[in-house]
Amino acid sequence: MPVKVMIPSPLRPYAGKRDSAEFSARTVGEALGHLTAEFGDLRKHLFTEDGKLRSFVNVYVNDEDIRYLAKENTPTKDGDTISIIPSIAGGCI
Amino acid sequence: MVDIAALWISGHLAEKIRAHGAETYPHECCGALLGRDSSAVLQSDRGTGVPAREILQLFPLVNRRDDSPRNRFSVTPEDVLAAGKAAREQGLEVVGWYHSHPDHPARPSEYDRDHAWPWYSYIIVSVQNGAPQDMTSWRLNDDRAEFSPEGIEIRHRAAV
Repeated sequence: MPVKVMIPSPLRPYAGKRDSAEFSARTVGEALGHLTAEFGDLRKHLFTEDGKLRSFVNVYVNDEDIRYLAKENTPTKDGDTISIIPSIAGGCI
Repeated sequence: MVDIAALWISGHLAEKIRAHGAETYPHECCGALLGRDSSAVLQSDRGTGVPAREILQLFPLVNRRDDSPRNRFSVTPEDVLAAGKAAREQGLEVVGWYHSHPDHPARPSEYDRDHAWPWYSYIIVSVQNGAPQDMTSWRLNDDRAEFSPEGIEIRHRAAV
């Protein structure tokens, strides 16, 4: 059973309107790599130009924020769910 | 000219956003817009169809930026999940976010653009000397290079 990646509403227009996708992956980074390989338009919304996850993109494996695990090297096992959760920020200046 | 999408909101909810901006002044307020994309398609000036989106509830939030609340706002992923849950319970979804610009115009800043997500509607209300003024709405373009304005239509009753 592969890893399931949940796609949030604002990114679905760039992922064929899908709300999830499944991949075989050993780490979070690998799963996100497969995701952006399949849906190339997602890349600029998830990653900066130098390939780092954008600061307002939060990734959870099951209920755990990967920032507190091994970030993109966090291992995944079959049946895990990876969620991409937005944080929202802005300001007048 | 860019086609302008339409955002429908009741006068009551529009007033609540403005009041939230006045209440938190001189700090920025923020909250989620709960609603849905309408099946209605409006005709733009160019004769092409543009989608309409309606806001049916607000989910006011606490600005988490304690260090710089006069010119920044922040919504944590936990708050995003809570807003999503509140929306789903009413058969709606989070279709955007609102925030205030204290003593600044209701136009997105470079910082707003840099941190924006596509698809969401971003309502900005300008609050000058504590009094709410202009309110505008914006959507990030696909290439992330800039926002496009979204026309706000005040409706007594949203129509689908």
